[in-house]
Amino acid sequence: MHKEEIIKISHITKRYEENAILEDFSLSVYEGEVVVIVGPSGCGKSTILRIMNGLEPIQKGEVTYRGEKVDGKLGSITRIREKVGMVFQSYELFPHKTILQNIMLAPVLVQKRDKKEVKEEALQLLNRVGLLEKKDSYPRQLSGGQKQRVAIVRALCMHPEVLLFDEVTAALDPEMVREVLEVLLSLAKEGKTMVIVTHEMSFAKAVADRVIFLDGGHLEEEGTPAEFFEHPKTERAKQFLNTFTYDKVERE
Amino acid sequence: MEFKEMFFMLTKGTWDTLYMVLISTLLGYIIGLPLGILLTITDVDGIRPNPVLYKILDVIINVTRSIPFLILLILIMPFTKAVVGKSYGTTATIVPLTVAAAPLIARMVESSLKEVDKGVIEAAFSMGAGYFTIIWKVLVTESRTSLLVGVTIALGTILGYSAMAGVIGGGGLGDIAIRYGYYRYETGIMIITVAVLVILMQILQWAGMLLSKKIDRRRGK
Repeated sequence: MHKEEIIKISHITKRYEENAILEDFSLSVYEGEVVVIVGPSGCGKSTILRIMNGLEPIQKGEVTYRGEKVDGKLGSITRIREKVGMVFQSYELFPHKTILQNIMLAPVLVQKRDKKEVKEEALQLLNRVGLLEKKDSYPRQLSGGQKQRVAIVRALCMHPEVLLFDEVTAALDPEMVREVLEVLLSLAKEGKTMVIVTHEMSFAKAVADRVIFLDGGHLEEEGTPAEFFEHPKTERAKQFLNTFTYDKVERE
Repeated sequence: MEFKEMFFMLTKGTWDTLYMVLISTLLGYIIGLPLGILLTITDVDGIRPNPVLYKILDVIINVTRSIPFLILLILIMPFTKAVVGKSYGTTATIVPLTVAAAPLIARMVESSLKEVDKGVIEAAFSMGAGYFTIIWKVLVTESRTSLLVGVTIALGTILGYSAMAGVIGGGGLGDIAIRYGYYRYETGIMIITVAVLVILMQILQWAGMLLSKKIDRRRGK
């Protein structure tokens, strides 16, 4: 069984001034797959997502979407962006628009879809994440977890073929982390193609089909969650996974 | 001077002042709003950086803003005459007022638009939005509270400038204050005129702030 490749980034080199963020990095995402990218802060995880969505210029390499090369022109990028939904760490909802307006903006203005039809779908999706009664509220009236669920709905309403999640729970309290991750888990069950950057290791283990471990701008290790979390091959990965466990303090 | 006569003069003066201020602020925005948008998007961290265009606009605006209004008034008299047909009176004063208002408005629009969170703009880009959508639906819509505060400030400043135009027979309340108060030593009329100006300014300020609070979705109820 070989599934179709949706996004492929190949031999990407990304630098900020002199510092290399990514060095000759390649990754393919296949249809229906959940890829989780983990690694220490500043290893380039988020940059990968931003490159996949054309938000970050690259020095070398190329991005292809279903075999079609994405060049630097805005026309080519916007077409891809409609198909690649992105959810950010700090939600990035429009503060002066209601929840419904936030969700409907791009489907109506960018995709030129029928307003009525979009509204119906938006309400359905809001209902699904348990936020239907918030449709006319403004973002500041919502909790962090609620805002993030709205941001996910906003991305879903564009009918993306791939969803990118950039540390979507990093700014949330533990209980809110749960409510947001539940949504992601249900999307995974539906067979949505997703690329997730996260620090929640137990969530990564539960949701991933494939785990990518990144360090210092290059791929250190790649495998199924069972392989990676139970039997990491590289020293660096073992070391990284150890930072999430603590030894019991022995008092004298 | 009889009360009735004075009343009519002041009513006419107030009307003239409002006419000059409102029309020149409107014209000022017709020129200044696109300029402010251009400044915002062409700046280094804008959505369409263009250092050359930014620098050109930047210099033009700074130069225009450096000229004191009273000097500008006299400096562009030939231009005013070419546009309106004469260089004095209320309609003629609209020309220098607009020339003074446009760069001020451009700067205020620029600073309002730059308040919009970069992350929100990026989110709009990530959804495939083009420049036009980003400018109108994100930059302008999201900074509307600040833009409206800008309108209030612009109206107040233009009101002050319009009074200065009285020196060269610009019409309106400033004209009355100078003619009666300064040349004829009728202090009473001058004080009343100034009082009307103060009241106008208060009304503008109060209405502007009330409106901007009402459309602010980030605070309040």
